[in-house]
Amino acid sequence: MYAIKHQARGLVSHGVSTCQGCALELAVRVILDVLGERTIIVIPPGCAALFSGFGNETALRIPGVQGNLENSAAIAAGIRAGLEVQGKDDITVLALAGDGGTVDIGLQSLSGAMERGDRILYICYDNEAYMNTGIQGSGSTPYGARTTTTPAGKPTFRKNVLEIAVAHRIPYVASASIAYLEDFRRKIARARDAGGTAYIHLHSPCPTGWGYDPSQTIRVAELAVQTLCWPLYEVVEGKTRITVKVNKPRPVAEYLQTQSRFRSMTPEEIDQVQRTVEAEYQRLLERAEA
Amino acid sequence: MVRKLLDGNGAAAEAMRLARVQVIAAYPITPQSPIAEKLSQFVADGTLKAKYLRVESEHSAMSCLIGAQLTGVRTGTATSSVGLALMHEVLGVASGLRLPIVMPVVNRSLVSPWSLWCDHQDTMAERDSGWIQLYAADAQEVLDLTLLAYRVAEDPRVLTPIMVCMDGFFVSHTSQPVEVPDQEAVDRFLPPYRPQNLYLDVDDPMFVNDLTPPADFTEMRYQQKVGFEAALEVLPEVMDEFARHFGRRYDLVETYRCEDAEAVLVTLGSMSGTGKYVVDQLRAQGQKVGLLRVVSFRPFPADRVRAALSRVPVVGVMDRSAGLGAEVGPVCTEVRAALSAEGRQVPVVGFVGGLGGRDLAPKTLAAAFSRLLEIRAGAPAPRTSQWIDVRADALQLREVPAGVRH
Ligand SMILES: Cc1ncc(C[n+]2csc(CCOP(=O)(O)OP(=O)(O)O)c2C)c(N)n1
Ligand code: SF4
Ligand SMILES: [Mg+2]
Repeated sequence: MYAIKHQARGLVSHGVSTCQGCALELAVRVILDVLGERTIIVIPPGCAALFSGFGNETALRIPGVQGNLENSAAIAAGIRAGLEVQGKDDITVLALAGDGGTVDIGLQSLSGAMERGDRILYICYDNEAYMNTGIQGSGSTPYGARTTTTPAGKPTFRKNVLEIAVAHRIPYVASASIAYLEDFRRKIARARDAGGTAYIHLHSPCPTGWGYDPSQTIRVAELAVQTLCWPLYEVVEGKTRITVKVNKPRPVAEYLQTQSRFRSMTPEEIDQVQRTVEAEYQRLLERAEA
Repeated sequence: MVRKLLDGNGAAAEAMRLARVQVIAAYPITPQSPIAEKLSQFVADGTLKAKYLRVESEHSAMSCLIGAQLTGVRTGTATSSVGLALMHEVLGVASGLRLPIVMPVVNRSLVSPWSLWCDHQDTMAERDSGWIQLYAADAQEVLDLTLLAYRVAEDPRVLTPIMVCMDGFFVSHTSQPVEVPDQEAVDRFLPPYRPQNLYLDVDDPMFVNDLTPPADFTEMRYQQKVGFEAALEVLPEVMDEFARHFGRRYDLVETYRCEDAEAVLVTLGSMSGTGKYVVDQLRAQGQKVGLLRVVSFRPFPADRVRAALSRVPVVGVMDRSAGLGAEVGPVCTEVRAALSAEGRQVPVVGFVGGLGGRDLAPKTLAAAFSRLLEIRAGAPAPRTSQWIDVRADALQLREVPAGVRH
């Protein structure tokens, strides 16, 4: 037997207990690689808490605190305030929360922080359900998706928290995808330097909850972008720019077919998704050109 | 030292300014709102160098303090009633992380039904939240207990957050001349905050509050229990020191004419002043009665209560919260437990009164004393709580006859 001892090169250790093919794991490594070690992280319960650690072990080489499900933004705002009164202004305060902790139970405290303009970087990794508690539906679960609390497929469309963030007039809002890492890295850096509240919403495929082979994570993420299900854009000081243009969109069915959670959708329902994403992309284009 | 005309809210805000809190996050609620307003005014006019976070809820207020305090600064907020209830989840985070936050709480009843007025159900509902609870009886005490609370909470033996409780309106809105110490004097008593044990520092990274296995959880709670036990020693120590610095003396409990008393009533908060007045009146009539006021409800100074009541033949406790489902209210439950530990068969009568803003007037407390004296004279002692000021028509109130919907 060999004793394998290996220091992780980045700020995140090896052997974190996420599932195979988890987009979140790649995301955490990329985020901390861009932000560096002068970062304080806030993580609520959810799959990201696998990085908080267990007992006297943690997966992270930066300071951090695991908060509650609904208060990531508020804890981060408090950390920023504490640093500010001590004149420590070279530190990034990062909140990394799931869709449940962001768009549902955490929306109030996030809204409070955005309205006050607290200088925090809030990244929502969106795996489109409450995964850590067993794949229950969230406000970000897409139309038609089966979860353990939407067993017949979700009857309503997801809420668009990116636009809710934009409505708060914060300096930086962006969507991101794990399939477009350069785009994601650039957005993290911009968000860090935004000078106020910055919000990034990352599409974060989850093989366990979505029902696809773990080897397909990047392809699934890419298809979401290429079918217009997940447009990549940023809104800087209110100005919208599409960062990854999709000139020849593929039909949404190609994306939906990759995952068993959409299996019970009827052709009419798929058609409705098609029309919805097209209309929304059109509106985005118009806003970007205006 | 200056004398200022302050109410309890004003005294709380003044104490937080003197303690030089650096991050404030507060959300308004009657009757606490003046504290939130005064603190923001202090920050605006520069008399307090702090960052004021105008949060959107009490849950966020406490969450902000947790984040800020972890970076190594003293923080401040205040709340009341449903605001405290909304904080419940994060109160346990603050105490479990051993963050020595000091928070004035203006006591107000909990809904339902809605009431803006005083009782103790809000803080009693948090008595197991891992926070120390001190109950002030007037505005001067609010200022003094708040100042000394920082010293106790931040003591490395204690590292436990503290609620300084004051009765809504009775204390929060009643003005009196308050002796406000100079900043220099307070600075000599209360050194700048130094974070201990758990903190967030990029130059000395640690991850705080991760998932903890059953193999460790008990030990983490045990550390808190030891902190509470230490608080029973540290509180009197700091109170002595406070007396040396400022001349006013406090204790875990306060006894009033208990020495030869035939009956003693145990009180909490502002009812104590009325209680002493009633004791004086009854004494003047030849009735040997006394009063024991609990200042520190958490930790509960059971030894001190036992000692104070060791020769008293009949004890009553006035609870200002209902203690629904228990034989008696929460304070009485503690007093009974403390006295039974001695094996004494002394009757301890639980009274409930003063709910939802009802005044605990002299006649109410006098009625409680006369019940105790009847028991002293041989009347049977009731086991369950005696609602001393309940109206005779209680069960008809808001009664709706069946079958009259239109
Ligand atoms: C107040 C509260 N309610 C419920 C929970 C249980 N809970 C823990 S994680 C979680 C799901 C979180 O979902 P999400 O934020 O999307 O993260 P994911 O697990 O999908 O990574 C829930 C509901 C909790 N921790 N706190
Ligand atoms: S459930 Fe999904 S998000 Fe959670 S660790 Fe597994 S793959 Fe990642
Ligand atoms: Mg999720």
